[in-house]
Amino acid sequence: MKGIRDKVAIIGMGCTRFGELWDKSQGDLMLDACQEAVEDAGIETKDIQAAWVGTALGGLLGMRLARALKTEYIPITHVENLCATATDTLRQACYAVAAGVCEVALAVGFEKLKDSKYLIAGGFEPPESTKIEPILPPATSYALAANRYFYRYGIAPQEGKEVLAKIAVKNHHNGSLNKRAHFQREITVEQAVSAPMIAYPLGVYDCCGVSDGAAAAIVTTPELAKKYRDDYVLVKAIQLATGAYQRPLQTAGDFVHFEETVVAARRAYQEAGITDPRKEIDVAEVHDCFTITELITYEDLGFSPRGRAKEDVKAGAFELTGELPVNTDGGLKCFGHPFGASGLRMVYEIYKQLQGKADKRQVKDALPITSLALPVIHPCAASAFWAVGSS
Amino acid sequence: MIGITSYGAYIPLWRLKREAVAKGGKGEKSVGSFDEDSLTMAVSASVNSFGGIEREAIDGLLFASTTFPYKEKQNACLAASAIDLRRDIMTLDVSNTLRAGTSALRIAGDLVKAGSAKNIIVTASDCRLGSPGSSFEQVCGDGAGALIVGETDVAAEIESSFSVYNEVFDVWRADEDKFIRSWDERFVQSEGYGKTVADAIARLMREKNLGPKDFAKAVIYAPDQRRVEEAAAKLGFDLRTQVQDPLISTIGNTGAASPIILLIAALEETRPGDRLLCVSYGDGCDIIVLKVTEHIEKLRSRRGVRAFLESKQYVQDYATYLEWKGILKKERGPGKALQEVSLTALRRDWAEVIRFQGSRCKSCGTIQYPPQRVCTQCHAKDQFDLVRLSDKKGSLFTYSADYISDPLGVPVILSVVDFESGGRAVLTMTDHNSKEIKIGMGVEMTFRKLFYNEGIHNYFWKCTPSRA
Repeated sequence: MKGIRDKVAIIGMGCTRFGELWDKSQGDLMLDACQEAVEDAGIETKDIQAAWVGTALGGLLGMRLARALKTEYIPITHVENLCATATDTLRQACYAVAAGVCEVALAVGFEKLKDSKYLIAGGFEPPESTKIEPILPPATSYALAANRYFYRYGIAPQEGKEVLAKIAVKNHHNGSLNKRAHFQREITVEQAVSAPMIAYPLGVYDCCGVSDGAAAAIVTTPELAKKYRDDYVLVKAIQLATGAYQRPLQTAGDFVHFEETVVAARRAYQEAGITDPRKEIDVAEVHDCFTITELITYEDLGFSPRGRAKEDVKAGAFELTGELPVNTDGGLKCFGHPFGASGLRMVYEIYKQLQGKADKRQVKDALPITSLALPVIHPCAASAFWAVGSS
Repeated sequence: MIGITSYGAYIPLWRLKREAVAKGGKGEKSVGSFDEDSLTMAVSASVNSFGGIEREAIDGLLFASTTFPYKEKQNACLAASAIDLRRDIMTLDVSNTLRAGTSALRIAGDLVKAGSAKNIIVTASDCRLGSPGSSFEQVCGDGAGALIVGETDVAAEIESSFSVYNEVFDVWRADEDKFIRSWDERFVQSEGYGKTVADAIARLMREKNLGPKDFAKAVIYAPDQRRVEEAAAKLGFDLRTQVQDPLISTIGNTGAASPIILLIAALEETRPGDRLLCVSYGDGCDIIVLKVTEHIEKLRSRRGVRAFLESKQYVQDYATYLEWKGILKKERGPGKALQEVSLTALRRDWAEVIRFQGSRCKSCGTIQYPPQRVCTQCHAKDQFDLVRLSDKKGSLFTYSADYISDPLGVPVILSVVDFESGGRAVLTMTDHNSKEIKIGMGVEMTFRKLFYNEGIHNYFWKCTPSRA
C-alpha cells in the first residue's frame, strides 16, 4: 500500500492573525482564512467541491461554513479531534482528492476562544457523566509528564525549568519575527523560570496562548496543481494515531513519552520514505501546547535520543539557526493555540517555508527541502502527522 | 456476651486555633476540610474499624449524626455503599439528638441480642456549626467514631444500659437552622446538662450498687471542659485518673460523635477487667456500662483517636475556615459554573464512583480503574471481576500542582496513583502539604465530597498522603 504519498498537492493556504480578535466572529475567521487560501490558489470559492471544517469547541454545525462562504450546496463536514482537529480536516480533504471523488477540496480550522469567559479548563466529558473527573486545565495534565520526566532522568527542578525555558525563549524569538503571531516579543530564560506558576512545574511562559484564529488549505491532485502554480507543495504522509486511554489505565504508562506520537511518526516516516528523521527533516512544526510537550516530542519523533533532548536544547539544535529548526513561526506558544486551527497553521508555515516565503524566518538551504508539519496532540488523544515536500 | 468487637475513629487533618477565631481563645478545634462532611467522616471511621472482621460479615449499619447531608435519603445507605458492604443488611439513620451515637450503640446491642444481626457497625459523625462570634463556634469540632457490635471475641461487653429523656429546650436546631441555638446559659446548665447527667448517673449507681471506685474510666459527654469537670467532681470521679479527657482543647466538642470518640479514646488505654461508664447527653441521657475483656489487646493496632490527634495541620486562617464551611463566599476570579450531575450515569457508574471498584481481567489478571469491558492489556471482552480498590495502599507515580483552577483547594494536586495490588488511577489529592509531595510517596484512598449542586452532594474518592 503506497499511502497518500505524492497523491495530493496543496495549492493555496490562508491563515489569519492569531490573538484576541475581539472584532472577529466565527464566520469572519472562516471567511478571512478561506479568502486568503482561495486567492493564494488563484481560484474562486465556487471552484471548491467539498469542504471539511474543524472546531473543537465552536459547536457542531458544518453548515456554518457554508453560510460564511456562501458555497452552493457542496458537501461540508464538521470535524473534531481535539487539538488534531485542523490536521484531521486536511486529512479528510486529502483522502477525498486521493480517492478521486473530488478535484478541489477545502480544509479549514478555526477557534473562537475569546467569546467565552474561557477558563483554560478542560472538561470534554459528555452529558452522561458523574463529573468525577477533575476539571483541570490541560496544563495540569501535561505537568504530570514534566514532573515524571525530571524524576525519571534525574533532572533537578531548577535545571528542568531552565531547559523548558530555553524552548519558550526560542519560540518567543521566532514569534517576534512573525506578524501573524499572537505574541511578538522576546523573553529571557530568567523571565520564564520566575514567571507565576500555572501547574507545577509549568509557569506562564511554559503555556501556549489562548487565542482566536483560523487557517485554511486548498488541495487538489498533483496533475491539476501544475495548472495553478509551479511551487505547489506535495503531501508525503498523513498519519493519525488515537490513544485508548492507555497511560491512565496501565501502570506501564511511563508519562515520559506519548505513544500516540511515536506510532503516528513511525507510520508517517514509512509512508514518506524517511529513515533518518534528524538528518532528513529540514524544518518541523510540532505541537508545543506546553514546553514539556515540545521537549518530549523531540524524542518521540526521533530527533533526540530518549532522555537526552535537553542536550540538544542546550546546544541550540532546534533554534532558527540550528541544525533542525523547530516551530519557526513561534509555535503554539507564541503564534497562539485556537484549538481547531492550529494544525493547519503549522502546515501554513511549512508551506511558506517550502515556497521561500517565510520572510525573516526563512530556513536556509531553501528549495527543495523536505519538512515536517506535525501537530501532536493531547496525551490520551491523537497524534496527526504530516510530511510535506516540494517535489 | 454482646458488646464492642472493634473500633475505629477519624479526626480530620485540619485544626483551627481558637485564638484565630477570637482573642483569648485557648486550645484548638478540629475542622473538616471543604471536601468533608458527616458522611465522609463516618465512612473513614468505619473503614478504620475493620481489621479482623471481613466486610462481608457486616450485617447492619447504624449511622448517628445531627448533621446528615440528606433529610429524605438514607445516609446510612450511602455510607454502607461507600464502605462497600453487602446489600442485604439493615441500614438505619439515628438522628436529631446529641445522644444519637449512644442510642445507636444501645440499639445495636439489642439487635444482636435479639438475633437480628451478628456484626453491626455503629458510626457517629458530626460537623455542627456555631454562628460566628458564638461560644459554639469556639467549642465545636468535627469528627467521627465507629464501633463494631457483635457477640464474637467481644472486647468490651455491654453490661447494662438505660436511657432517660429530658424535654428541655437547652441546645437545639430547627430543621432549617444552620447554626446551633441555645437559651440562657444558667438555665441550660442547671436544667439541662448539669441536672440530667448527675441524676442519671446517680440512679445507675443506686440500681446497680456501684460507686466511682468500680469504674476504671468514666466517659462523660462534655459540652465544654468546665461542665464535665463539675459533673465529675459532683459524682466523686477522680478527674486525673478516672475521667476520660474530653479532648475539648485538642479537637473540641464533636456533637453526636463525641461519646463514641471519647469511648474509643478510653478503650485505647484500658486493660482487661476494666469497667467503663459511658454517658451521653442530649434531650436526656444514655448510660452504658461496659466491661473490658482480654480481646481488647487484639484492637491495639486499630486506628483509634490517638493516631489522629497528632496528625494535624493548621487551617491557614479564620477566613479560610469560614469559606470551607460555606459561611463566607469570596470572589476569586472567573468562577466556573456548577455542573449538573447525571443521576442515571451515577447509578450506572455506582461501583466505580461510590464503591471505588476496579476490574480485574479474568484472562490476563490486569487490574484497571475505572472498570473496563475491554481489557486494556489483552483486549478480552466482558471477562472481568470487580475488585475493591478503596482499601489498597498506593504510591504516587507522578503529579502536578494546579494553581489556578480551584481556589478553595489551591493548589489542586492531580495525582497518578499506582496501587500496590495492581492498577492505576488518576485522582486529585486532598489534605496535602504541597511542599512535601514527592514522586514515590505513599498514599491511601479517602471518601470525599466533590461539590454540591441542585440538591445533590456529589461524592467521590481522592488520594491523601498516608496518615496515622
